[in-house]
Amino acid sequence: MPVVARLVDLKKFYDLGAVVVKALRGVSLDIPEGDFIAIMGSSGSGKSTLLNLLGALDRPTEGQYILNGRDTSQMTDNELSIVRNTDIGFIFQSFNLITQYTVLENIEVPLLYRPGYPPITARDRNRCIDVANQVGLGDRLDHRPFQLSGGQQQRVAIARALINDPAIIMADEPTGNLDSKTEEEIIQILTDLNNEGRTIIVVTHEPGVAKKTKRQIYMKDGLVAGEGVFPG
Amino acid sequence: MSFSRFFRTLSLALKSVMLHKLRSGLTMLGIVFGVFSVIAMLAIGEGASSQAQKQVLELGATNIIVRSVKPPDETSSSGQSGQSFVLRYGLTRKDLKVISETIPPILGVVPVRELTQEVRNKQYTLNARVVGSTPEYREMNHLKLAQGRFLTDKDLDEMANVAVLAHETAQVLFPFENPIGRPVQIGNRAYRVVGVTQDRTASAAIGGSLSGQDYNKDVYMPLPTLQSRLNTGDLFIRRTQGSFSAVSVVFDQITLKVGDTDETTDDQNLVIPTAEVVRETIRNLHGEGTNDFSVVVPLELLRQADQIRKIFNIVLGSIAAISLIVGGIGIMNIMLATVTERTREIGIRRALGARRRDIIQQFLTETIVLSGTGGLIGILMGLLTPTAFVGIQWFVDAYVMDRSTGTSDIGRLFSGMEPQIAVWSLPLAFGVSVAIGVIFGTYPARAAARLDPIEALRHE
Ligand SMILES: Nc1ncnc2c1ncn2[C@@H]1O[C@H](COP(=O)(O)OP(=O)(O)O)[C@@H](O)[C@H]1O
Ligand SMILES: [Mg+2]
Repeated sequence: MPVVARLVDLKKFYDLGAVVVKALRGVSLDIPEGDFIAIMGSSGSGKSTLLNLLGALDRPTEGQYILNGRDTSQMTDNELSIVRNTDIGFIFQSFNLITQYTVLENIEVPLLYRPGYPPITARDRNRCIDVANQVGLGDRLDHRPFQLSGGQQQRVAIARALINDPAIIMADEPTGNLDSKTEEEIIQILTDLNNEGRTIIVVTHEPGVAKKTKRQIYMKDGLVAGEGVFPG
Repeated sequence: MSFSRFFRTLSLALKSVMLHKLRSGLTMLGIVFGVFSVIAMLAIGEGASSQAQKQVLELGATNIIVRSVKPPDETSSSGQSGQSFVLRYGLTRKDLKVISETIPPILGVVPVRELTQEVRNKQYTLNARVVGSTPEYREMNHLKLAQGRFLTDKDLDEMANVAVLAHETAQVLFPFENPIGRPVQIGNRAYRVVGVTQDRTASAAIGGSLSGQDYNKDVYMPLPTLQSRLNTGDLFIRRTQGSFSAVSVVFDQITLKVGDTDETTDDQNLVIPTAEVVRETIRNLHGEGTNDFSVVVPLELLRQADQIRKIFNIVLGSIAAISLIVGGIGIMNIMLATVTERTREIGIRRALGARRRDIIQQFLTETIVLSGTGGLIGILMGLLTPTAFVGIQWFVDAYVMDRSTGTSDIGRLFSGMEPQIAVWSLPLAFGVSVAIGVIFGTYPARAAARLDPIEALRHE
């Protein structure tokens, strides 16, 4: 399998003046296409920091992050924005939907920022509807986030992450705010997406979630402390 | 930026603005009133200016009007001690002769003597203004004839006992018959009616220098006829409040038409210097210190009116500008609050691929939509100014008017004003309100775009 993303001795320090917080102290990792990774570890171990770097939301202090053959650590803010828009789908713990928008409008948001700003065509709209159907929201297109349950909101976020057909989908504790039944449904969607061939990285505390993934990475104090392959 | 993208950004902004209708409305108010006052002010200024222009054209832009003025103190009368009861003042035949013969750029001279007299036809009477003048009077005052003819040189030479009636005079005196050829009684003589003028709207006074004239209650007759028949040798005796007084005035007014035969020069440039010469000449003739005449230059009145209008515009313009700036600051304030309030949304958009300039565009467009909509509302309100004025006039006429005199100070104030929308002020006002959006929206938009995506996402 070709490698989608490669981390080379990735470091992230937060300079707070009095102290420097070393959130990541040198992480190296290869992520092949079609992988399904769970990042685990205790709170404060650097999982979110790592995922933010993987999601091109931030630049590393040191080291390289090569995504689709390009080093993001040297990218401008504009280039990072384009990477976020086209190569990555991000799912948050707190859903992060735009409250005044309907389900359909929320799914459309990444289309607004495509490189070159192509117009949103009828085909694009149909794709939004297809994706919404895929995550089981076909009958909720005109609803607003406050009219939806947490699980439904997270489905909107997943549909939104899928709309630009990204290479990698990242989720930072996507089920942290959900009950266990809904958690299972969400993980099922992610598993289905992985089965379609998408690369998925999910930060989680839940062994039940990690169990569904192909590979688990354990973080401790900003370093990869161990790795397991499940099942196996 | 492509059209579809522009449209998308615009509809996004409209959506945001519509989301908080009350807040958006209140935010726009400053711009609304700023723009409204700009348009209303220019409309009023424009109206006043065209009003003044019309009046001056009526009086003649190349005319100089010299009027006899009753001196304020009796001692300045030129009467001798033995006949001090005769008040002799004003323009004389000698003035007329000297002016018309010695001042070159004067093309025409129209002397006028006017009296208020009772005019009668059988049982019908009217207190009319009897005007003695020359044939040129008609053209000078833009009178049109409804029937018959105006005064002729022959009438003057023959000192003919003829009269031309103004519209209303004719209606009052001859309600049922054609006045042409019929006699009217003025004083103790009869004069044959030879013509009737058309109805003519009264000219309002400008700048208080010339009283307004109502041409509809006039009777015109040859100047020599009036002077010899109604005005015994320039001496006119009238009874005022029970006692007799005598005044001697030869001409009430002489209108001078200025110009030269040279087509290339603008006759208007000659008016003010010529007026100065005329003033000097008459002062020399009357003797230093006499102020029994006045020189009115309509053109000068126009310039004064223009000057006043300019000052008016500057003052109101500054007020409007301040209002617009305050409106702009209000918008900026709200936009800064909006950016803080929507930090999370900004973070989401950035995480989904929005570039800094997308965020700038979004918030800038929102500000421009606010200020531009405010501008449009202000323009619409401004367009209603003339209608509103009609309403105010109606209200004043109906409720404020002093019924005993038929006038009121407020009524007079508004009756002279007819706001005219200055068409160029509409795009200007819109442009200014958009510019305000750009100026005051840039800072909040940049503040929004500067936010770090992760920080913004963490914002509650
Ligand atoms: N923006 C920041 N500024 C300073 N310290 C930070 C910042 N973000 C994270 N950290 C610190 O980095 C460490 C790792 O944080 P994080 O990646 O959020 O952990 P996790 O997601 O595993 O709980 C923590 O000690 C945290 O306090
Ligand atoms: Mg975390």
